[in-house]
Amino acid sequence: MDFEFTEEQLMIRQAARDYAERELIQDVLERDAKAEFPTRHIKNLTDLGFMGMIVDPKYDGGGMDTISYVLAMEEISKIDSSVSVILSVHNSLVCFGIQVYGNEKQKEKYLRTLARGEKIGAFLLSEPEAGSDASMQRTLAEDKGDYYLINGVKNWISNANSASIYIVIAQTYPEKGHKGINAFIVEKDSPGISLGPHEDKMGMRSSDTHSVMFTDVKVPKENRIGEDGFGFKFAMKALEAGRIGIAAQAVGIASGALNRAIQYAKERKAFGTEIANHQAIAFKISDMAVKVENARNLCLKAAWLKDRGKPFSTASSMAKQYAADIAMEVTTEAVQILGGYGYVKEYHVERLMREAKLTQIYEGTSEIQKIVISRSLLKD
Amino acid sequence: MKILICISNVPDTTTKIRFTADNTAFDTAGIQWIINPWDELALTRAMELKETTGGTIEKITVVAVGLKDAEPTLRKTLAIGADDAVRIDAEPKDAFFVAEQLAQVAKDYDIILCGIEASDYNGSAVGGMLSEFLGIPSISSVSKLDIENGNVKVNREIDGGSETLSTEVPFVAIVQKGIALEPRIPSMRGIMMARKKPLNVIPAVETEALTEFVSYELPPAKAACKMVDAENVKELVDLLHNEAKVI
Repeated sequence: MDFEFTEEQLMIRQAARDYAERELIQDVLERDAKAEFPTRHIKNLTDLGFMGMIVDPKYDGGGMDTISYVLAMEEISKIDSSVSVILSVHNSLVCFGIQVYGNEKQKEKYLRTLARGEKIGAFLLSEPEAGSDASMQRTLAEDKGDYYLINGVKNWISNANSASIYIVIAQTYPEKGHKGINAFIVEKDSPGISLGPHEDKMGMRSSDTHSVMFTDVKVPKENRIGEDGFGFKFAMKALEAGRIGIAAQAVGIASGALNRAIQYAKERKAFGTEIANHQAIAFKISDMAVKVENARNLCLKAAWLKDRGKPFSTASSMAKQYAADIAMEVTTEAVQILGGYGYVKEYHVERLMREAKLTQIYEGTSEIQKIVISRSLLKD
Repeated sequence: MKILICISNVPDTTTKIRFTADNTAFDTAGIQWIINPWDELALTRAMELKETTGGTIEKITVVAVGLKDAEPTLRKTLAIGADDAVRIDAEPKDAFFVAEQLAQVAKDYDIILCGIEASDYNGSAVGGMLSEFLGIPSISSVSKLDIENGNVKVNREIDGGSETLSTEVPFVAIVQKGIALEPRIPSMRGIMMARKKPLNVIPAVETEALTEFVSYELPPAKAACKMVDAENVKELVDLLHNEAKVI
């Protein structure tokens, strides 16, 4: 077992850290307040190669391993999870999904521009009545011979406005249940697609989240991913990988909050000494650090398994559930350590706490992860 | 033109400094090494020149005197965009030793950039010595460097203002803050390319260091601040006179 990172992995971590600490920090509070999309940062991160970093260089990607991706996600999320969720959806759901399950023609046409970051991707699975129960798809994709006709509504779609390429999950054969579901690559400017208003979210406010309405949207047959009826399996497989990105994001949020709590505890004085010298605070810091380290290791383990082509579904669920839950705990404690300062926006930890909450909800709630984990242990 | 950037491999600027061997050696355990910040800015400027002067700069090389553990730092410069790197295989002993080592590589270059000092030992001597070894001009405290129609224009800070100089190549520019705005972040592509670019290791030339380190000491810990009541001028004067011994 080797806990050493390679020189490249360390360089990528440092590159992500440098960008976050030099650039993202400058306007993160303002963008959070205004719910403003980080256009400039996404362009810069594209130039640095973070969009499409795990795509095969054959399709113009960065060819980085999942460990590198996890390290980059953690560093960016320490400062700004709105930016990291844009990267996560684009990289680990859309790029990964098309690279692994798309055909050669789809990769040429779509993966290349996604890997170069010229176009952003979004993943449209959730519906008003299909969240955790993702198989209850109401969006229909009728087979019309040489094209599919899509009608329905998708909810809580990250990157809905900034993306130009959608992966849409929809039901073709309602009588077949989840085996009737298909996944499609849909260009956002197709006629019949319209967006609901920007969702006014609790956290990650600078990422663009909308509902997306489909009214008689024609999608060419060749844009279906995999065999007829493969859509649900495709979505689950993409989410297995996506969870590693979200787990890394949660680790970053928690570790960002921990760093700020440590710094504050060493500076703030109460009862005649720095509060770090009070055991009530010191033990909190210790508990937080153990949780962050645990979550990070679970996350790296899942990434390590994926990089070696081994099954990683249970590992990524464990990482995602644990990291998301401890991110909530650690950020809450960070706010507590900073006290009144923690509750005001200027000190960042309340924002990290708002961001942490979302990691327990999206890309499979903590409860859904427990279903995945327990079933993998209890089956047979 | 070919640009050479002389790089020092230095401890991260947030490192807690400790000494070993009875305070005669710097304790390198657990240190994260970085490119000396001034050298990194020099590299940034070299790349800007290469990108904006349309083929005037054929090549950017970085060179460091160091053992194998200096290679990650050199590879980072390759990831940022240097074309090739040279490691002169020796432990850097003092400025004279380093300058003489660098001279064997630098003689083949037109513009040689050195950071104004290294952030670890703050010697500020290598650049000047190197130009003496090569018998070429050196310009210190350079805060701007431009190439216009093949002519080099250099701006340096002087007391209360700045001056502009022109020079023929080859020359050594000892650069300081201002030479570039901020260091570049390597891109994924750059990081992947770094291992494919040449990093040549050459033996050190036989030479002696002219100085040796006898001992190190940390600056004294800051003493606690003493508060004197504003009314009590006599006590203040007494403390300044007898305790601080400044009046």
